[in-house]
Amino acid sequence: MSAHAEEHAVDDHGHHHKETFITKYIFSTDHKMISKQYLITGLFMGIIGIAMSILMRMQLAWPEEPFVVFEMLLGKWAEGGVMDPSVYLALVTIHGTIMVFFVLTAGLSGTFSNLLIPLQIGARDMASGFLNMVSYWLFFLSSLIMVMSLFVEAGPASAGWTIYPPLSALPQAIPGSGAGMTLWLVSMAIFIASSLLGSLNYVVTVINLRTKGMRMTRLPLTIWAFFVTAIIGIVSFPVLLSAALMLIMDRSFGTSFFLSDIFIAGEVLHNQGGSPVLFEHLFWFLGHPEVYIVILPAMGMVSEILATNSRKPVFGYRAMVASILAIAFLSTIVWGHHMFISGMNPFLGSVFTFTTLLIAIPSAVKSFNWITTLWKGNLQMNPAMLFSIGFVSTFITGGLTGIILGDSALDINVHDTYFVVAHFHLVMGISALYGLFAGVYHWFPKMFEGRMLNKNLGFVHFWITVIGAYGVFFPMHFIGMAGLPRRYYTNTAFPYFDDLADVNVVITIFAIITAGAQIVFLYNFIHSMYYGKKGPKNPWNATTLEWTAEVKHIHGNWDGPLPEVHRWAYDYSKPNSDDTDYMIAGQDFIPQDVPMMENEEELHH
Amino acid sequence: MTAFLIVLVIILFGITVLQMAKIFGMSKTPEQLGESSEIASDKDNNINGWLMLMFVFVTYAILIVSFWKWGEVLLPKAASEHGQGIDDLWLISMVLIFFVGFITLWLLSYFAFKYRGNKNNRALYFADNDKLEFIWTVIPVIVLAGLIIYGLFTWTDIMNVSEDEDPMIVELYAYQFDWRARYSGEDNTLGEANVRLIEGANQLGVDTSDPNAQDDIVVNELHLPLGRKILFKMRSQDVLHSAYMPHFRAQMNCVPGMITQFAFTPSITTEQMRLDEEVMGKVSRINSIRRKNSIELIAKGEEALEPYEFDYLLLCNKICGTNHYNMQMKIIVETQEQYDAWIAQQATIATSLNK
Repeated sequence: MSAHAEEHAVDDHGHHHKETFITKYIFSTDHKMISKQYLITGLFMGIIGIAMSILMRMQLAWPEEPFVVFEMLLGKWAEGGVMDPSVYLALVTIHGTIMVFFVLTAGLSGTFSNLLIPLQIGARDMASGFLNMVSYWLFFLSSLIMVMSLFVEAGPASAGWTIYPPLSALPQAIPGSGAGMTLWLVSMAIFIASSLLGSLNYVVTVINLRTKGMRMTRLPLTIWAFFVTAIIGIVSFPVLLSAALMLIMDRSFGTSFFLSDIFIAGEVLHNQGGSPVLFEHLFWFLGHPEVYIVILPAMGMVSEILATNSRKPVFGYRAMVASILAIAFLSTIVWGHHMFISGMNPFLGSVFTFTTLLIAIPSAVKSFNWITTLWKGNLQMNPAMLFSIGFVSTFITGGLTGIILGDSALDINVHDTYFVVAHFHLVMGISALYGLFAGVYHWFPKMFEGRMLNKNLGFVHFWITVIGAYGVFFPMHFIGMAGLPRRYYTNTAFPYFDDLADVNVVITIFAIITAGAQIVFLYNFIHSMYYGKKGPKNPWNATTLEWTAEVKHIHGNWDGPLPEVHRWAYDYSKPNSDDTDYMIAGQDFIPQDVPMMENEEELHH
Repeated sequence: MTAFLIVLVIILFGITVLQMAKIFGMSKTPEQLGESSEIASDKDNNINGWLMLMFVFVTYAILIVSFWKWGEVLLPKAASEHGQGIDDLWLISMVLIFFVGFITLWLLSYFAFKYRGNKNNRALYFADNDKLEFIWTVIPVIVLAGLIIYGLFTWTDIMNVSEDEDPMIVELYAYQFDWRARYSGEDNTLGEANVRLIEGANQLGVDTSDPNAQDDIVVNELHLPLGRKILFKMRSQDVLHSAYMPHFRAQMNCVPGMITQFAFTPSITTEQMRLDEEVMGKVSRINSIRRKNSIELIAKGEEALEPYEFDYLLLCNKICGTNHYNMQMKIIVETQEQYDAWIAQQATIATSLNK
């Protein structure tokens, strides 16, 4: 297959396709352009998602206080500037949906899988460029529908991003469960189709299109992560589709998959025999793997960036691959820990506690290996490196509280409180965002033909963000431990929570500062796209193949024949046989396409 | 529609700015190609290395300040018998994660500082060490095995309710946006009920022809006798709710179409809890906040806030609709005598519905 692709590309060489604006920028089948499309769409959705979180935080800190900005952005749902309780729930729902699916799944995994899989395995493009294009445009369509749902008369979906029925099934229960919910479901169904097309393409590409010498055991950890992520996606997303289809049936065609014995708005519904718990099982069968779909690509990129900038091989390559596989496997059998108190059999709770706490083992191995990768390195503090270190930090602080929440007995009292909110924001939200930022800073030159992001703005962005994020989420654990439930429009209905008001103000101030720091990033991003200084072809002195490809984006990535791989991806600072200098004198890295030298040993893989 | 137009204008404005920037860019002299100043220099490494060291101290500081300032907002001691078990397990897990967190965060930041890059340094080619990796795989395995076993024993103790203990059976009934409790009365058996039987004053859909239902008592304030095991049977009328009783370390979802359950034994009366030092401190802090807020309210010509007195709470903790944030019921734990006196005054279904 790869030989065939190579032959074909060599034939191609020399005569250029005439590219119009439409084939180059819009209906492009080139993976590099598609990755940029994913990134920019993802960032745009991210702006909406983060702006929503700031509105919620303002409401929580200063409940029922009028704000001009509420009236401007929320219109009729904030008459006189005071936020309406139902729109608060809509913000909760759409913030969650956008951040989890549109930013951290499509924006992160979509962007970097597309950019890096062909470039790092030495392929001319994805296995199917056309499917890849369809995948992006389905994602775009689903984003469009999701944004459109914000403008529906009765308001967008408001049943939480988990859309548990019956709340999500009955417009009588909450106004957002009318047309808003329909659009949400349609948007997600299209999103799932997009995700499946993308994932299938990634898997086929990694299996079939590796260049000569690129054995699976020589793949950079990024590719391992993307590959395994795609597999989890293929396994779990169809289950969400089935749940969504059944919910559509219940909503529109009178079936009773999830509904039974309901009396609402003064009348009894005919539905009988369904179970909301069934929906919870189906939802979390995707929902839990989903958090690993979000975090694994970030882990892969962080491993790669830590090694490159430490000028050291990543520590324990085989253990890193094994832990990715272990996490992927376990991720599909732990979903029940979201449901300890859903009314399912307590024995199931025991089983899920057991499997859930097992995930701590591969996670711990990964964290220790990252820390050891830094040990005795020669750390180059590029913004990407800082964000990678930040990733490890939030992954640890957020992950550790998972040991508490995964324990069914302890979950009873903090389930659905702010303790949970703090936990998952740190471990999958903030960590994955750091992974995304790290990736953007690191591979920006690859995306924008050699232009680089401004490092000083990068430093400012990083330091405000890390301190701010901890300022938001550490105090949040405390209000959770005080018993404060999440998804409350205001806490003033309970005098018992009055003494939490000042904590909420602190959190909100940190949140606003942190969100402000993202404007620095946006400016840097847009400015550098056009005026960024051009760096050398391989700015970070990395070993992986993408830096041997042409700086200018050409169809097929490499102008000449595809590079051939002779070694693993982590030959950083490899000493020569008598340990006087590096293997290549004066150069502390050996790219993967450099043949093994005389008297060089191939180690460790 | 206006909102949509505003968004459209913002997007178009953004495009205009970009295009303008592009035009200005063309008139500029191209910057030196190949300049690599966006790559971290030794100076950047040094500054950020030091900042990394400070970072770990800032992290610790935020944590310590949080504990110092907000340690007192946490829930008071558990008011149920099983709650003590949960609190002990919580403490052990917390000590463990703090220990691990402090060490790993320190190593992360310290290494980032200590090994900050320098042109003259060389990194160590250190790719693998089976012994080391074995050790830090096995240690988590052992520690987690301990935690899992301890956790599972606690969980099973809480969730397995045996009928031998003769628990008092109480139904918790959730609907948008309030709670009702139904006591099973003398026979300790709840009468059959279904939402299809809801009619007029029969708000819970109790089957009034069922003999077991005759002595059932429906109330909107939960009274519990001290030291008696209570088995809550939970129902929901419309959507998912969750009965959350944080002081008792108790929570269970209420699911339409099925009956869920949770049992606990209250171990501290409301009166005793009000005299608890921690609770008294919390109440006095809350009241001083409320007095301060009242002054502002009075200045605005509104009514002052009532002073707060501690009570146990039942909250809804599963998103259930617009007024989810205000779906509560008061719980009162009292001595058996006080409870008996109270329940004797409540009307049974036989008297209130089957007149």
